Amino acid sequence: MLISVQQEDFDVSAITRQLCAQRKDIGAVASFTGLVRDQSATEDLVALELEHYPGMTQKALESIAEQAMQRWDVPDLAIVHRVGKLMPQDNIVLVVTISAHRKDAFDACAFLMDYLKTQAPFWKKEITREGESWVASRESDEQAAKSWEEK
Amino acid sequence: MLNLLYFASLREQLSTAQEQLEQEQNITNISTLKQMLAKRGGIWKATFEGSDIPLLVSINQQMADDHSNIKDGDEIAFFPPVTGG
Repeated sequence: MLISVQQEDFDVSAITRQLCAQRKDIGAVASFTGLVRDQSATEDLVALELEHYPGMTQKALESIAEQAMQRWDVPDLAIVHRVGKLMPQDNIVLVVTISAHRKDAFDACAFLMDYLKTQAPFWKKEITREGESWVASRESDEQAAKSWEEK
Repeated sequence: MLNLLYFASLREQLSTAQEQLEQEQNITNISTLKQMLAKRGGIWKATFEGSDIPLLVSINQQMADDHSNIKDGDEIAFFPPVTGG
């Protein structure tokens, strides 16, 4: 399991190669990369500031990863989340799941993103030409995370 | 001693990132701790008593709620709903 909270950018292919190295049981790799969009809700975005709770983020991500590995046939996965100041088009977050079959890889990847968005202690602040504002949490994200409880 | 942490909009609102509190005997859970913090008045009262925005809390880096018990030495963090990813 590769869990990292870091300022630096990440390389999706390098991380995927690392997860699959020495394995012959993997037939599927699913990945999700989140990027900084250049439009905030109202004004043009200049930058995004990502704050987190250093003592808790790693533990929270490990807990989410363990839940995914118990629920699906996913022998290994990676979660990388960037913090600090990010610019439009920058990578923010990466989830990679590997499995024998595509359904487990896809579902675990989607679950990890939905849970990460509502349970890992990260906060986004938008910096626009007009000033700064904290991003509000979205009900649709809560609903997406809840939907996994019913399945 | 309790170690209290505040994050994101809450940290800015309260102008406090961290503080240490002597644990008084009647502070046994998150609910009583919030009542105590609200007694400071002003923005503290507005934040910890009937705030419109849900307030999340963790004890020793694990999510907790109003009923969670606290003990001497705990690290308690208050923060707004998370917005990562």
